[in-house]
Amino acid sequence: MASHAARLKQQQRQDWLFRGATRFFAFLVLAILVGIIISLIIGAWPSIKQFGFGFVLGDQWNPVTHVFGGRNSIIGTLLSSFIALLIAVPVSFGIAIFLTELAPVWLRRPFGIAIELLAGVPSIIYGMWGLFVFAPWFADNVQPWLQNHTQGIPLLGPMFDGPPMGIGMLTSGLILSIMIIPYISSVMRDVFEVVPAMLKESAYGLGCTTWEVVWNVVLPFTKNGVVGGVMLGLGRALGETMAITFVIGNSHSTIHSLFDPGTSIAATLANEFTEASDDLHVASLIYLGLLLFVITFIVLVLSKILLLRLQKGEGANS
Amino acid sequence: MSQPVNQNAKLVVKNLNFYYGNFHALKNINLDILEGKVTAFIGPSGCGKSTLLRTFNRMYDLYPKLRAEGEIILNGKNILNAGIDLNMLRAKVGMVFQKPTPFPMSIYDNIAFGVNLYETLPKSEMDDRVEWALQKAALWNEVKDKLKQSGLGLSGGQQQRLCIARAVSVKPEILLLDEPTSALDPISTAHVEELVHELKRDYTIAIVTHNMQQAARVSDFTAYMYLGELIEVGETDSIFTTPKQKATEDYITGKFG
Repeated sequence: MASHAARLKQQQRQDWLFRGATRFFAFLVLAILVGIIISLIIGAWPSIKQFGFGFVLGDQWNPVTHVFGGRNSIIGTLLSSFIALLIAVPVSFGIAIFLTELAPVWLRRPFGIAIELLAGVPSIIYGMWGLFVFAPWFADNVQPWLQNHTQGIPLLGPMFDGPPMGIGMLTSGLILSIMIIPYISSVMRDVFEVVPAMLKESAYGLGCTTWEVVWNVVLPFTKNGVVGGVMLGLGRALGETMAITFVIGNSHSTIHSLFDPGTSIAATLANEFTEASDDLHVASLIYLGLLLFVITFIVLVLSKILLLRLQKGEGANS
Repeated sequence: MSQPVNQNAKLVVKNLNFYYGNFHALKNINLDILEGKVTAFIGPSGCGKSTLLRTFNRMYDLYPKLRAEGEIILNGKNILNAGIDLNMLRAKVGMVFQKPTPFPMSIYDNIAFGVNLYETLPKSEMDDRVEWALQKAALWNEVKDKLKQSGLGLSGGQQQRLCIARAVSVKPEILLLDEPTSALDPISTAHVEELVHELKRDYTIAIVTHNMQQAARVSDFTAYMYLGELIEVGETDSIFTTPKQKATEDYITGKFG
């Protein structure tokens, strides 16, 4: 009896230890997050004090006159990521559908592995390839064509205005899209694969075409995973540094067309941290980093709201 | 092999063979499915009864390496022909599965979705159609106040009746029920069985079941299958009381299976 009680006691102790350990790790994440935010705010404080929230809208970035504003970097980050998503989401969707619904079975594995390999390519490789291979080709072949075909069209024309240099906002978006396609498509493929065969069969059994099954049954069934995959890609696009720094042009001037060279938050940080001499410059760079944090957070919140609205669309569970 | 002699065959199966790759799953099946009757398929697991059912709407077409040879005649046409319009075939031959499979949308949309594939109805007519289908599936009274709620929020038995309503909504000629109650509790099972009785006035029904009592309760004709062969088919009463084949008798009396 005594040994029984002792064993029980030991088990309780182990349980307590285990529970404590997992709780510790969970809270550790929270502590690190809060710590990063606090240190960012402290680091950015001189700049926050100097420019306040006007920093977000300021279009000057001039280390010589000590005037810093993040607008162009923020626009660059948002715009290049937006272009990347615009291209990557439909393409990834197509890849995932092909791999789960249409491709012959023997093709699925090699294809899937190839896509995962693409995700493993270091971003500096994308940057170098973008600068030395893609940009010249883009400048010679695609950009003139785009200009010729959009000239004079309202909205579209100005978008593709300016000298076709190969580097710039559009090129950054394209390179980014290639970088995030593997992430988004492999997540989509994984979630499409878990849709019960019977659910798909019952849609086919009603006489749906493959497209109707995918669009009306598979996609709503997997929407959490799909939005999650898109967010993963967007997160990568927002924070991508190396590849973007190579191809975005690194100009702090306001961009007027997608061919103009610009900059992004991450590219600005990468370029200027080593050269920033005075405190205000460093603080402003940290301020930019803080804003990148905030943007990521807002994007996350928006995606949650989107999911809630989608859920409402299909009728409440009760 | 005994064949019911009847002119009102809705579906005529002639010399049907089915293969999963090299595996010969259905062996020379000949069978008539009579209009307005319930035909039950019984037999031990792996005997090919579900496989047979899935040839009637060519569901096997979704998967590679599956092929059927022979003829299945519906309305004078061999539905195994390569040129057949699969979507139209599946509109005529509805199917309900082992587990409830409501789509991730509202109860209303679960029904309207199928109808929209074939018809463009104004809102009021669509409302009528949804109500009609849910009435047919004996579900209307339970869900009429929550049509906008998710179909996934219903109980298992209600979900299965929703799937039956969905299958009925596109006005098929034949309903295929593939073990429709295997995931349901006894009360829901009774509901679905009652429904089969109601539905056979308008539809020709083929039902696969593991449960011999169920076959005896709901069907007019019963087909006993074993190892890919159709051993015996006949009126349910005579199959269960005076089977002609020894193998059938052994199975229904529980000597094996």
